[in-house]
Amino acid sequence: MKKKERALIISQTELAAGIFEMRLAAPQISSCAVPGQFVMVGIRDESHILPRPISICEADKALGQIRLVYRIAGEGTREMSTYLPGTSIDLTGPLGKGYPLDAVNEDTTALIVGGGIGIPPLLGLSKALNCTRKIVLGYRDELFLDHDFESCGNIYISTDTGSHGVKGTVMDAISQYQIKPDIIFACGPLVMLKAVKGFAAEKGIPAFISLEERMACGIGACLGCVVKTPERDNHSNVNNTRVCTEGPVFDSREVLL
Amino acid sequence: MIDMSVEIAGVRFKNPVTVASGTFGSGMEYCEFIDLSRLGAVTTKGVAAVPWEGNPVPRVAETPSGMLNAIGLQNPGIDVFMDRDLPFLAGFDTNVIVNVCGHTEEEYLAVVERLYGDTRVSMLEINISCPNVREGGMSFGTDPDMVYRITKRIKEAASQPVIMKLTPNVTDIKLTAKAAEDGGADAISLINTLTGMKIDPEKRAFVLANKTGGLSGPAIRPVAVRMVYEAAGAVNIPVIGMGGISCASDALEFILAGASMVSVGSANFSDPETVTKVIDGIEDYMVRHKVEKIKDLTGYLL
Ligand SMILES: Cc1cc2nc3c(=O)[nH]c(=O)nc-3n(C[C@H](O)[C@H](O)[C@H](O)COP(=O)(O)OP(=O)(O)OC[C@H]3O[C@@H](n4cnc5c(N)ncnc54)[C@H](O)[C@@H]3O)c2cc1C
Ligand SMILES: Cc1cc2nc3c(=O)[nH]c(=O)nc-3n(C[C@H](O)[C@H](O)[C@H](O)COP(=O)(O)O)c2cc1C
Ligand code: FES
Repeated sequence: MKKKERALIISQTELAAGIFEMRLAAPQISSCAVPGQFVMVGIRDESHILPRPISICEADKALGQIRLVYRIAGEGTREMSTYLPGTSIDLTGPLGKGYPLDAVNEDTTALIVGGGIGIPPLLGLSKALNCTRKIVLGYRDELFLDHDFESCGNIYISTDTGSHGVKGTVMDAISQYQIKPDIIFACGPLVMLKAVKGFAAEKGIPAFISLEERMACGIGACLGCVVKTPERDNHSNVNNTRVCTEGPVFDSREVLL
Repeated sequence: MIDMSVEIAGVRFKNPVTVASGTFGSGMEYCEFIDLSRLGAVTTKGVAAVPWEGNPVPRVAETPSGMLNAIGLQNPGIDVFMDRDLPFLAGFDTNVIVNVCGHTEEEYLAVVERLYGDTRVSMLEINISCPNVREGGMSFGTDPDMVYRITKRIKEAASQPVIMKLTPNVTDIKLTAKAAEDGGADAISLINTLTGMKIDPEKRAFVLANKTGGLSGPAIRPVAVRMVYEAAGAVNIPVIGMGGISCASDALEFILAGASMVSVGSANFSDPETVTKVIDGIEDYMVRHKVEKIKDLTGYLL
C-alpha cells in the first residue's frame, strides 16, 4: 500500500565522494517495502516542485526505518545532502514493482549485478534472496557499500580505473570469473542494462532489470516515465509502459532499451 | 452554514475545486491517497478517438518553480476509457469532466459522438491546444476563427455541456475567449501550458526529446491569474481557472479574478493530497472571512 509519510532523518553520512546515505524513520513505508521499490523524496525548497525518485536501499521493518543511498546529481540531491538529522522530509512510497523474490529457490544461482548508483537497491535484494548469490559490483573508482554485501555471497568488483578488482566493466568481471548464473538481477546505467539483457538472451536465462526514467508523479498518473515495450501494454493500450508503476523492475524481455 | 457549491451550465458541483486534465489520470492512482468523492469534479486525462503513443522520452523536466511536459497526449483511446475509466469513476459521488483531444475536427467529433447521451459524463472539456494536422500543426486554439468553428461543431454534436479549454499561447486571450462564447461554449477553462524549452549547456542538448514542452506550476500562476481576469471580463459564461495552484490562497486568487471553479494541476505531483487541502483551505478562508456562499467571491475584483 502506497503511503505519504513524513519521515524523520536519523542519520546522514557521506559514504564516498558525493555519495550519501540517509537513514529515516518511516514505519509505514518500511513495513511493506519490497527490494527494488522506490520512494519519491520531497525537496524542502519549494522552487523544486517535483519530488525525486530514490530506491530503497534497505528497509528494516523491526526498527521502522529505511535507508537511502544517493549520489549528488544536481540541485535536488545536493539539497538533500545538507539535511541534518532531526529534519523531517515528505516521502511517498513504497512505489512501483520490486524484484520477484519468488523467482529463485535454494538450488538457484543468482547473479546480482550493480553499476555505480544502481548498487544500493541490490543490498536489500541480496539479503532477501534465498539462494546462491554471486554479486558483481561495478564502480568508476571509489567503492561504497561493498562491505555491506559481504554476508550475502561471493563478491566480485570491477572499476573503470582499475583501482579495485577487475579493470573494466561488470561484464568483464562476469566473464573473467566465469560466473554461470540461472537468473540475473541488475540495476545500473542503461549501457550496463543493455549488456545484461544481451547476456541473458544469449544464455537463455531470465534477467530482472531496474530502469530509470524522468518522473513527475511517481504513481502512474502523468505518463511522464514510459519505456517502449514489444507488446501492447495492458494499461496504456499502446506499446509503452510506466516505469514508476509497472516497473522500475522489469523482465528484460518485456522492455525495449 | 458555508455553501461551497457552484453551478455551471446546469451542473451542480459540491465545491469549486477540480483537478487539471493530465495531472490526475482518471483518478485511479490518487484514490489510494484521497477520497475522490470530496472533489467538485474529476477532470480526466485527454482522450482521443484511437490510442495515442505520445512522445519519446524524456517527457518531463523541472524548471524553477515549474515543470515542462511533452507527454504528447498519450492515451488509451475512447473505447478503453469508456470500458475501464468511466465505470471506475461512476463509483464516486463526484462529477466527471472528460477532456477531449484530436488532430482534426473529425477526431474531436468522433469522441464527442461516442460520449453522446452517456450520463456518467457531466461535462466535456475540449483541449484545443492540440496541433491541427490539417493546418500544418498549428494549434486549434490560437486562431479565433478556428476556435469559433470547432466550438460550434462540437456544440452541435454534444449532449453534455461543453467547456472550451483555451491556450495561453496567444497575443490576446479575450479574442479566443469571445470566439468560444460566440461558438456556443457553455464555459471556458484556462490556462493550458505555456510553450517552453530547456537546454542542457553541458550536453549542448535539449532536455526534452520533443525539444519544446508545456510549462506549468507556480511559475505560470501570475500569467494565468491575469488571463483569467481578462477572459472573465470579456465573456458572460463561467470561467474555470488554473495554472500553478498549490494551495487555497492560490485558488482564491483565481476566484477573485473571475473563476467560478479552479483546477489543481502539477501540484498533485508534489503532494497527492494537494487537492483536498485546497478544498479544506477554501472552507477555512470562508469561515475566517465570514463568507457564506463561495459564489459571492467569484469575480469580486472584476
Ligand atoms: C526508480 C528510480 C530510482 C532511483 N534510485 C536512485 C538511488 O537509489 N540513488 C540515487 O542516487 N539516484 C537514484 N535515482 C536517480 C535520481 O532520481 C536522480 O539522480 C535525481 O532525481 C536527480 O535529482 P537532482 O535534483 O539532484 O538533479 P537535477 O538534474 O537537478 O534534476 C532535475 C530533474 O531531473 C530528474 N532527474 C535527474 N536525473 C535523473 C535520473 N537519473 N533519473 C530520474 N530522474 C532524474 C530529477 O528527478 C528532477 O526532476 C533513481 C531514479 C529512478 C527513476
Ligand atoms: C503532465 C501534464 C499533462 C497534461 N495533459 C493535459 C491534457 O491531456 N489535456 C489538457 O487539456 N491539459 C493537459 N495539461 C495541462 C493542465 O491541465 C493545466 O492546464 C496546466 O498544467 C496548468 O495548470 P498547473 O500549473 O496547475 O499544472 C497537462 C499538464 C501536465 C503537467
Ligand atoms: S512518473 Fe508519472 S506516470 Fe510515472
